Amino acid sequence: MENTMVHLKVNGIDVEVPAGSTILQAAKTANIDIPSLCYLKDVNCIGACRVCVVEIKNRRGLAAACVYPVEEGMEVETNTAAVRKSRKTTLELLLSTHNKKCLSCERSENCELQRLSRDYGVDEDRFINEGTRYEIDDTSAYIVRDNNKCINCKRCVAACKNLQSIACIGEIRRGYNTHIGCAFDGDLADAPCVGCGQCIVACPVGALTEKDNTQDVWNAIADPEKEVVFFTAPSVRATLGEAFGNPVGTNVEGKMVAGIRRLGNVKVFNMDVTADLTIMEEANELLDRIQNGGTLPMFTSCCPGWVKFCEHYYPDFLPHLSSCKSPQQMFGAVLKSYYCQKNNIDPNKLFVVSVIPCTSKKFEVTREEQRTGEYDDVDVALTTRELARMIKRAGLDFNSLPDEEFDNPFETATGAGAIFGATGGVMEAALRTAAYKLDGSTKALEFTEVRGTKGIKEATYTVGGVEVKVAVASGLANARAIVEDIKAGRKDYQFVEIMACPGGCINGGGQPYQPDTVRNNVDLKAIRAKALYDLDEKLELRKSHESPVMDMLYGEFFEAPNSHVAHKYLHTPYVKRGH
Amino acid sequence: MSEKTLIPFKGTPEQEAELMKVIEAHRDQPGGLMPTLQEAQGIYGYLPVEVQKMIADGLGVSLSEVFGVATFYSQFSLTPKGEHRISVCLGTACYVKGSDKILEAVENKLGIKSGQCTLDGKFSIDACRCVGACGLAPVMTIDDDVYGKITPDQVGKILDSYSKGGADK
Repeated sequence: MENTMVHLKVNGIDVEVPAGSTILQAAKTANIDIPSLCYLKDVNCIGACRVCVVEIKNRRGLAAACVYPVEEGMEVETNTAAVRKSRKTTLELLLSTHNKKCLSCERSENCELQRLSRDYGVDEDRFINEGTRYEIDDTSAYIVRDNNKCINCKRCVAACKNLQSIACIGEIRRGYNTHIGCAFDGDLADAPCVGCGQCIVACPVGALTEKDNTQDVWNAIADPEKEVVFFTAPSVRATLGEAFGNPVGTNVEGKMVAGIRRLGNVKVFNMDVTADLTIMEEANELLDRIQNGGTLPMFTSCCPGWVKFCEHYYPDFLPHLSSCKSPQQMFGAVLKSYYCQKNNIDPNKLFVVSVIPCTSKKFEVTREEQRTGEYDDVDVALTTRELARMIKRAGLDFNSLPDEEFDNPFETATGAGAIFGATGGVMEAALRTAAYKLDGSTKALEFTEVRGTKGIKEATYTVGGVEVKVAVASGLANARAIVEDIKAGRKDYQFVEIMACPGGCINGGGQPYQPDTVRNNVDLKAIRAKALYDLDEKLELRKSHESPVMDMLYGEFFEAPNSHVAHKYLHTPYVKRGH
Repeated sequence: MSEKTLIPFKGTPEQEAELMKVIEAHRDQPGGLMPTLQEAQGIYGYLPVEVQKMIADGLGVSLSEVFGVATFYSQFSLTPKGEHRISVCLGTACYVKGSDKILEAVENKLGIKSGQCTLDGKFSIDACRCVGACGLAPVMTIDDDVYGKITPDQVGKILDSYSKGGADK
């Protein structure tokens, strides 16, 4: 039965699709797009919004194409007068409870509701709009919810529950009073939310956005007392171009650096450098744990969403987390200690801006237990989207900018640092250096088994005579499955990499919006990741320990991996939280 | 904007033990949340935060899902019912006879809204749809007593008779 093909007609075109396909999928094979608002591939499929309705011959009423399975001999019409009228009315009803302040809305021009409203020529004032009904929840450091723009498609609820196994948001009440929120209509800041932002990138409208910190950065740039430095995470160069109309997977590293430099008198550093630094510390920590009977398996700690998840849901598991700070926090610590001392700068006057693909990092910069002085080591964490917004506001023609290099002394990084932005990348980078530490003559470089967008990957490597069993998971539902397997004794690993967002940072909650018309049809994760692996392949230095910047940092400041001074600046304890 | 009631939770160890048995019985049952909530309301009379948390932890579902179901069905109450339960009929006949003004008078007198309970636990108000006494519209019931053809200015006196401790009408 599995491979049975079903034959049907869509708008008179013969289509052949596997049994179990939906009408929406079948239509796509005939190059017919059926619009939808609640459907999002791999995330949400509930037939709730009624925008995808179609006519089926000999069937009464209209059917929701996103959930309706194909049948042999079926005849579907996707563009009849009845279908168009129904979709238009549905959109007009949605607009009756929608805050239509499109002019300044963050999603204007890529809002799925706006696009469909335009395509269907709706009358946005057909039904009386009661206006503001809900308070905006901007209590958390990472996500802002404006339910006055929400259309109750429940994509965010599905992302939180299905991808992340968290479900800290859900539908509340019923009928006209239905809205999305936390238990007891509480504040998001008090909920066991990890801030991953997968709800934001799933949202078809402007109901969910990151907490915008761009003004803080403009203020710092304008402040003559402040010296402003930026650094950009590995995956930002692989996605920023999308915000300026470039195809998915375009590496815009040079233009990104040039764009930031033109925002004001700022320096631009490469965060791949502290990805390398993380590997120096983490690979050594792993070997130390393996050789000296430490807590195993060791879990990576680069991903703030995963760390917060572990703190909320598996507090007893925290000793398994590497004590290494994330590359963002390491960079902050390096800048406010080593860099300030070397350049005679008061750390209070150095304003550090990280550009990251992540909303959870906005929480991470506020962690008091990670401070190295009486100040946050990173002052502001901007998402890829916020950086794009700043570049637009600065009036820069991004695509015409020259390609420029990062600033000294944090410009050179290795391929190992570059692949940090994709699931499996941290694991592979760590294995490259760990293998070298165990056997200096090793040729081991590419660990392809841990690559790819699969949710859970496993491999066993023998490096320097030591057998290392590893696992890689992305998406917190997969992380939960791995932790449960380990707790129950079903699995036994030495090293596990977790990234909260499916596919890793390249699919992070702070990455440029891609509407359903893109997300339903291409694998964003794979295409964006390819840009990073291509970069890795191109680089001469591909192992973190080969980086000259590592020699500089350890030679001048940190002495050696896991030294006392390295621990002071680059490692951290964690916080037990409840849920 | 929180939904939490201000009335303190007064659950007993006996009630909790009974709830744990209910949770145990529904733990691995698909769709076990609904019957658990129903039985929990039977035990406590309503579904306070504390009870919803115990159910969420016990069944291994998130608190927001428990809260979502509890607020979806009107049979579930998140606030306790008062010693005296006031019900104002907003059915068609009563409504055209001005029962909305009666409800408003009750709400003003007690300082709470429909669906809520006074802090001293004495009164709770609900709006209902037709008690089958349309000839007496507008109708209000308090516990098992029915008050028909009332006017807003009579509300104060009726309620006072209950606060004094007895229904000596």
